[in-house]
Amino acid sequence: MEIQLIILMGLLYAAGIYMLFRRSMVKLLLGIMLLSNGANILIFLLGRITKGRPPVIDEASKVFTDIYADPIPQALILTAIVIGFGIQSFAIVLLKRVYVLINSDDLDNLNTPEDEDI
Amino acid sequence: MIDNLLILPVIAHLFTAILLLLFWQKTVAQRIISIAGSLIVLLLAVRLFLNVWTDGIFVMHAANWEAPIGVSFVADAFSSSMILLTSFAGLAVSLFSAAGVARARIMYGYFPILHFLLMGLNGAFLAGDIFNLYVWFEVIIISSFVLLTLGGRKAQLEGAVKYMALNILASTFFLTGIGILYGITGTLNMADLAIKVPQVANRVLVDITAIFFIIGFGIKSAVFPLYFWLPSSYHTPPSAVAAIFGGLLTKVGIYALFRVFTLIFIPDDFVRTLMITLAVFTVLTGCFGALIKRNIRRMFSYLIVCHIGFMVGGLGLFSEIALMGALFYLFHDIMVKTNLFLIAGLIRQLRGTMDMDKLGGIYDEYPKLSLLTALVLFSLVGVPPLSGFWPKVYLFEASFMAHQYVFVGAVIAGSFVTLYVIARLWTEAFWKKSPVNEEPSTNRFELMGVFKKTLLVLPVALLAFVSLYIGFGAENIIAVVRRIATEMMDPTPYIQAVLGGRAS
Repeated sequence: MEIQLIILMGLLYAAGIYMLFRRSMVKLLLGIMLLSNGANILIFLLGRITKGRPPVIDEASKVFTDIYADPIPQALILTAIVIGFGIQSFAIVLLKRVYVLINSDDLDNLNTPEDEDI
Repeated sequence: MIDNLLILPVIAHLFTAILLLLFWQKTVAQRIISIAGSLIVLLLAVRLFLNVWTDGIFVMHAANWEAPIGVSFVADAFSSSMILLTSFAGLAVSLFSAAGVARARIMYGYFPILHFLLMGLNGAFLAGDIFNLYVWFEVIIISSFVLLTLGGRKAQLEGAVKYMALNILASTFFLTGIGILYGITGTLNMADLAIKVPQVANRVLVDITAIFFIIGFGIKSAVFPLYFWLPSSYHTPPSAVAAIFGGLLTKVGIYALFRVFTLIFIPDDFVRTLMITLAVFTVLTGCFGALIKRNIRRMFSYLIVCHIGFMVGGLGLFSEIALMGALFYLFHDIMVKTNLFLIAGLIRQLRGTMDMDKLGGIYDEYPKLSLLTALVLFSLVGVPPLSGFWPKVYLFEASFMAHQYVFVGAVIAGSFVTLYVIARLWTEAFWKKSPVNEEPSTNRFELMGVFKKTLLVLPVALLAFVSLYIGFGAENIIAVVRRIATEMMDPTPYIQAVLGGRAS
């Protein structure tokens, strides 16, 4: 299980960074999404994957004696997913607005010469 | 010491923002609430600072889950002084925004977002848990995205794309770093990390994690070669927004660098050399960028980059004197940079432009205002005994002691170029005769009533007064930074305050 996830994580990071290097705005957006998913899987992996052992304590015992799945990485990922969702939605709206305004998908066209500032 | 009231500067901004949302589109009420809220936060920040100064480090455990299990908030001398300075800057920006931000922007939620941003800043300064710090950073960047794009002009949106892409990248690096850190230590509490990270056997892995943090915070604080988003976005939003960005957003990155690299990763030779090298290049590229810019705000943006180098270099030298110099510079820089962008906004109100070629004659028309501005500009340059002078003395002393002569050279070059560009700004905008334009320049300032004029000038005067105090009351500031530097060099009191009896 770990090895597949590690390969998947590497692929997500590599593809994300590659997409960020492209000039297209849509690819920039995809890159951001892939990278944040890669980071989530990284946290999941580093929390040591334990299958089928929820961190729920038995009524009879006071402390854990057996190994159990670490709940903290899952809480972290949940938070990171929510934050990532918010930021990606903002990014989609922003890039859509920019596309309507400059009528181009090319990030190199984002350099309108110095105009008057507010 | 446990004190649940230390979270009040965060809560107060949250409530102000919620209250502001209830007054949606009522612009007059929003202005009053915003100023009142900022004033209350300033009082709370003063109270927090004084408490921390007399009684030592305060800790709050959220929901009473004790560290390292729960999320803790810590107010030590560094956090509380950063919150105090943020509150000064926040009050000044609230006042300036009341007159200097267009009505249409206030109608669509300018003030609530401003207070959410300030809440995020205060939260980041208080966070005692590294993942909590990440969450506060996200609060900050999402608010700053909205502030940057509010209004939706073409230049703003173009700047926002660059700003957004690089800040999200920075957050991802930061998150990756946190993930690896959790993997190798199994904890997220910063005090607990300070104990556990030195015990990790695999030092290479620790260094790699440190690099992730340097990249993440480096993008946020605009360190060479990661600063390019800053000069291409900071000239686009309204001046009040640019002031809070220029004064505080890059500095929260610096704060995080200082916190993480004095508490968790004690810099070894590799990290120190890396930081000093980055600092030298940051100073040089920043000051040469400022040389060629003719637009005031673009020039100030490069000056931000230039002066970030001084602080990163101070951290890289990593001695008590170097940290004192860097922290003193940080305090001075927050006040002066916020003020510079407010002044740029004021010039824009006076002349309708920020292009130095089209400016001129401000001194003839407004001598008193110009002298106030001159005071701020002199503070920036560091004319003794104003506030920019003292930290450089410490930085020089520390770098001579560490034999880092290249850094000394960079600081001198950076200071000279700053002096040159500021002198040029003064001659071009204030002394030079006003150039003859075909179309008459729009002087919105003249059309305003006395009250609005006061709202624009008062924040500049307030921040100038704080800068003056930092300069003339330098012995008090030095006492503060000495205490912070001592706490940084020996984090045992911090760790004991957070972990209580379990630290050892």
